Amino acid sequence: MLFEQIQQNKRKTVYVMIGFFALVLAIGAALGYLFMRNLISGVVVAAILAAVYMAMMIGNSTNVVMQMNHATEVHDASEYPDLWHIVEDMAMVAQVPIPRVFIVDDPSPNAFATGNDPQHAAVAVTTGIMARLNREELEGVIAHEVSHIRNYDIRLQTIALALSAVISMLVNIGSNMLWWGGGRSRDNDREEGASNIIGLVFSILLLILGPLAASIAQMALSRNREYLADASGVELTRNPQGLINALLKISDSEPMQAADPSSAALYISDPFKGLSRSGAHLFDSHPPIEERVAKLRAM
Amino acid sequence: MLWFIIIIILLVVGAVGFYISTYNNMVKSRNWTDEAWSQIDVQLKRRNDLIPNLVSTVKGYAKHEQDTLEKVIKMRNQLVEMPADNRQATMAASNQLTDSLKSVFALSESYPDLKADAEFTKLMEELTNTENKIAYARQLFNSSATRYNNQIQTFPGNILAGAHNFQKTAYLETPVEEKAAPKVSFE
Repeated sequence: MLFEQIQQNKRKTVYVMIGFFALVLAIGAALGYLFMRNLISGVVVAAILAAVYMAMMIGNSTNVVMQMNHATEVHDASEYPDLWHIVEDMAMVAQVPIPRVFIVDDPSPNAFATGNDPQHAAVAVTTGIMARLNREELEGVIAHEVSHIRNYDIRLQTIALALSAVISMLVNIGSNMLWWGGGRSRDNDREEGASNIIGLVFSILLLILGPLAASIAQMALSRNREYLADASGVELTRNPQGLINALLKISDSEPMQAADPSSAALYISDPFKGLSRSGAHLFDSHPPIEERVAKLRAM
Repeated sequence: MLWFIIIIILLVVGAVGFYISTYNNMVKSRNWTDEAWSQIDVQLKRRNDLIPNLVSTVKGYAKHEQDTLEKVIKMRNQLVEMPADNRQATMAASNQLTDSLKSVFALSESYPDLKADAEFTKLMEELTNTENKIAYARQLFNSSATRYNNQIQTFPGNILAGAHNFQKTAYLETPVEEKAAPKVSFE
């Protein structure tokens, strides 16, 4: 079953890449239309930008993500011996290479994993999690993260993260140009007639809705993977109670300061505690803690 | 006639291919269990090396606990002398040692100075680490052994296993208390 899940994840990665890439190109086309009256050059610029960013991200994703979340690397067992040893244990029992270990200096307890494949993976935990969780609970959390690594969830998330970053970059450029330098399109409006109004409205709509679609897709992907990582984490520790207690402690705490919003989906539990968002579940990067705990209790 | 020969050749090639891949898979699975055992073995040796340090550290603070310490030393020596190929007996001795180590760690509750000792804290983390690694390596061993045993016992692998004398691997027993609360935690 796990093997199938991993295969499915690798397949899904391809679909997500295609979907996201299409969205990037569409936004590029909208920008091109708005500012250069030329769809093709917008698409070309967006494609180049996305390709460069993806190459950068895939070559160096761990370092980029860790930097975005203000994480520092732990190089041996001397600094956080228990964390180091637990990561070793979980990597051993999951039969993956030992990932790199990072610490985020933030009093809110949380953790995440990232990388491209199990050979180039990393886990990060906050100083808050080290202070509040006991060994058993920390083991549950690390097992969850190592499961993300083994299941290739990390690759899926890395690519989704890179593409949504490109989308938000394009939209930022677009809205800045609309604000400061939109003169050229305004001058041309009267001469070109009403049919272009539709194109204009459509382009602006795409600029507004594009990032929204990107984050909905990214969050939906993440939500589905959390249950699986909980289950396969418990398969490693054989101790559901550890993860249950950890999740309860993590949910009962203040939001994080150091976390980067675009990597929220990576964390074991929503680092912003849903504060920045409305009540709609569409944007939740994680299933509700109560539901996760209920599923773990049923094991 | 030509078709008949082609079919025969295909059948032979298919059978040889199946034979080779089944045989190789069995060897790989057996190697995985040996690898898992060597993981356990490394940790057992590490723990044997750590125990003399632990005993000498504890001695300085808890002079009246000779019995507990001697028991740990006795069990450690018993484990050191254990022949390497007897996995079941080794694990049984190791489980006993785990129990008596717990009583040494429990001493830190009655001797606050011991609990505050930096060397003792460090040793405690090291030993907790080896204990957990032994438990997880045993888990890995048992799951590898299950896979291997399934391969050599199911049809048609069992025919091949019989011909090449692949033996069933015995599982390592998990201590009863660990089944309830799976991992040792000395905290």
